[in-house]
Amino acid sequence: MNTTPATTVAAQDTVAAAAATPDRPQAFAALGLTADEFARIVSILGRRPTDAELAVYSVMWSEHCSYKSSRKHLRQFADKAPETDVLLAGIGQNAGVVDIGQGYAVTFKIESHNHPSYVEPFQGAATGVGGIVRDILAMGARPVAVMDALRFGPADAPDTHRVLPGVVGGISFYGNCLGLPNIGGELAFDPCYLGNPLVNALCVGVLRHEDLKLAAATGPGNQVILFGSRTGPDGIGGASVLASASFGGAGEGAKRPSVQVGDPFMEKLLVECCLELYRAGLVVGIQDLGAAGVACATTELAAGGGTGMRVWLDQVPLRDAALGPAEILMSESQERMMAIITPEHVSAFMAVCARWDVQATVIGEVTNSGRLEMTWHGAQVVDIPPGSAADQGPVYDRPIRRPDTQDGLNADDAGRLPRPAPGSAGLGATVRADLLLLLGSPEGGDKTWVTEQYDRYVRGDTVLATPHDAGLLRVDESTGLGVALATDGNGRYCQLDPYTGTQLALAEAYRNVAMSGARPLAVTNCLNFGSPEDPAVMWQFTEAVRGLADGCQQLGVPVTGGNVSFYNQTGSAPIQPTPVIGVLGVHDDVSRRVGSGFTETGAQIVLLGETRAEFGGSLWAWLRHGHLGGMPPAVDLEAERALARVLVTAAARGLLATAHDLSDGGLAIALAEACLSGGTGCAIALPADPATFLFSESAGRAVVAVRSGAESQVASLCAESRVPTLALGATGGSALEVSGLFAVPLDELRDVHRGALPALFG
Amino acid sequence: MTARIGVVTFPGSLDDRDARRAVKRAGATPVELWHGDPSLHQVDAVILPGGFSYGDYLRCGAIARFAPVMAEIVVAAAHGLPVLGICNGFQILCEAHLLPGALTRNQGQRFINRDVRIRIDNNTSAWTSGYDAGAEITVVLKSGEGAYVADDQTLAELDARGQILGRYVDGNPNGSVAAIAGVVSESGNVAGLMPHPEHAIDDLTGPATDGLQFFTSVLQAVAVA
Repeated sequence: MNTTPATTVAAQDTVAAAAATPDRPQAFAALGLTADEFARIVSILGRRPTDAELAVYSVMWSEHCSYKSSRKHLRQFADKAPETDVLLAGIGQNAGVVDIGQGYAVTFKIESHNHPSYVEPFQGAATGVGGIVRDILAMGARPVAVMDALRFGPADAPDTHRVLPGVVGGISFYGNCLGLPNIGGELAFDPCYLGNPLVNALCVGVLRHEDLKLAAATGPGNQVILFGSRTGPDGIGGASVLASASFGGAGEGAKRPSVQVGDPFMEKLLVECCLELYRAGLVVGIQDLGAAGVACATTELAAGGGTGMRVWLDQVPLRDAALGPAEILMSESQERMMAIITPEHVSAFMAVCARWDVQATVIGEVTNSGRLEMTWHGAQVVDIPPGSAADQGPVYDRPIRRPDTQDGLNADDAGRLPRPAPGSAGLGATVRADLLLLLGSPEGGDKTWVTEQYDRYVRGDTVLATPHDAGLLRVDESTGLGVALATDGNGRYCQLDPYTGTQLALAEAYRNVAMSGARPLAVTNCLNFGSPEDPAVMWQFTEAVRGLADGCQQLGVPVTGGNVSFYNQTGSAPIQPTPVIGVLGVHDDVSRRVGSGFTETGAQIVLLGETRAEFGGSLWAWLRHGHLGGMPPAVDLEAERALARVLVTAAARGLLATAHDLSDGGLAIALAEACLSGGTGCAIALPADPATFLFSESAGRAVVAVRSGAESQVASLCAESRVPTLALGATGGSALEVSGLFAVPLDELRDVHRGALPALFG
Repeated sequence: MTARIGVVTFPGSLDDRDARRAVKRAGATPVELWHGDPSLHQVDAVILPGGFSYGDYLRCGAIARFAPVMAEIVVAAAHGLPVLGICNGFQILCEAHLLPGALTRNQGQRFINRDVRIRIDNNTSAWTSGYDAGAEITVVLKSGEGAYVADDQTLAELDARGQILGRYVDGNPNGSVAAIAGVVSESGNVAGLMPHPEHAIDDLTGPATDGLQFFTSVLQAVAVA
């Protein structure tokens, strides 16, 4: 169905026409290019670009695809990378690939779909899942699980009631239909996200070492095959216009059609089809089509292979026959892949696609010209060096300025907030009320309303999922090898100090992975920030990147890849800087996993780590006092390493019944969650200053329940690693009881915890 | 010789791997059956697993009932072949009229993934003979269109003939009529169940091991036949 009226062909801007009409005005600004960038294109080509070439450069040089504002800073992840032999593929590939032993490798990545999810929550979030799954698939891996980190405006704001149910419904629809268990994530609320929610989706895949695939078009004469869905007009300019500009101001309506529409069934077919193609050894190189569609896939494949490519754009199967070359190049229609195949394998390739009812079309061939050449019904419409679009885009050194308001913010110490003094009258009643306030808030409350809409059991390898600290998946049924994953971010901490806040997010994800008994191995990240054109935002960004690079170096875990999402702001107001950090760990024997709930009666409860009076950016300060100021909790990465070492060793030796990380809401929330998720109460006593012990958010802490008889072994493990311990009490009973202060029956605790989200969202 | 239990894979099947694992755990040999292949390859019983057979954008199971393999299953079921449809498989069996009633959108309109308790009301079918009558078991519900419906006369007949396989206890999660979680055919060889027993066979990866007896029960039925 590629018959196009001759008039349309004649109307296309060709390479010859571009050379003949050097002064024809072109609407580069509407495509998001600056005058300087346009001049640079002209200089690369030695003539003005054709409309189709302009389309390619506009999407490939967009912030979203080129990382032009961040690239300079992201180099630190490589420069400061710790010595490691676990990386099989790193930054720059579709996703990082990590060796987990026994011949297995794991690839994982987290990516944002923030703006589409605000414009059209259901489809925006659904296609966010679809996009990250194809990234993982393109590495040669079978996708095995997803997670999502979600941030919305206030839970009681009317627009949150439009956005949140749609986003959750979209993730549920797409992920469930694909058959990928959703094993965890985050849910947070803050006014700063009201006009710009954050929807970050993570996918993890498993492959054998020898199955690794790269995005490279090698071997002149090899065929270029586009397969999956037909190309339609959806998502045109999604990368350049939607993902690389801020919301607010005029023209917002014009962005509405830029959101893609997802078809998870087609994606499921594409997954099974690709895996069968890989098994049959039919694929030389492969690339998913995400942002910037055919433009991105062709330029990156050709650039990656150091070759050239000839593409017959009129061969691309269309859903809308009226589309021209520029639109085909920019379309972000979902569920498409591009493969490089030797000519003798084309028929076998087509047979596999037919078995899965996947449409596949030869649209070009690899050449040795060093040029990306495209024709439209015989007329040449693109002739560019592929690297100039894929790798050699503009790089900006944006101005950086620490905001003038930062000192005042940091001086507004949360330590001054009134909290009940030890021994004061009404102390017990006050801390009890504060506990229930936090526990019954949308942020501190039970997330079942969301997670119950996701399939967490499919594939039968989910060992731990929400509400445990990390998701844990079995990789090999015979050996018990598994992987654990956690994502964390905290906008409040990062607002106070982006360097420390980012390290706190890294430390928390690292700690969460260790809670399950897994050894933290590698890091991915999704860096959500405001406009890079705002020097204050660039300061936040550079501090966050520096913090993450330094933190990873100190913890000995490399960054394997990630995603930068700029322009998250409403008008001139940026979101809180929100780097979301994902940590992957390896579990040697998933049957020795440790969950976060109190399940045994009579087990000794021990608090690991040191508690200081740290309330800056805490959930307690925010919910109890509406306060955000001072400094976030201090980071001690050596202490985090020591804590993780203790937990992993103790889990391997079977010493722990429970391990739960302390984070938002401190010990109070951690104890309540452990009681509720395990269905067992506890009785504890607190030293000196109970309010501090209950609500401080000092990092590097965990609460554990020790298996009966293992108390001295755990104590000596902690002593060896210099991890401070404090015996708090024991599990058991049907209440959370703090000696001399208060008791809350589990039923009451559960009602408060479970009630928050259903009360708001039905 | 161990029993050979076929598990059908439609293009959008998702829990086929899990069903095969449960078959193996029960001591039988799982046999992969393909939706487009009109042969049952001499299996002793068939499982239609969970998933979204053909995307199911129209109505769950509405297209799957026309798959080549389904024509074989309909004939074999009439001759007594044990057939178990789980979740999407249950929907397909209803669409194929091997079981009465239909599955509709959950009350509340949302997908639900929850560990649920069901009471086994029929312990004489090919798939439930290993349970005590009235046994309460924990299995995994995960579906968006799991609300069972049938007209009053059908319900009365199902009740009278003991064709209600099981009912939800401790609440009715999806608004199924009479809290029905599963039904069996009059002859007892065809069973459909909305929650997933194959996700409750191992404490490591599921909430319980209560679901395994579905897969061991059928071995008894096959051995007798």
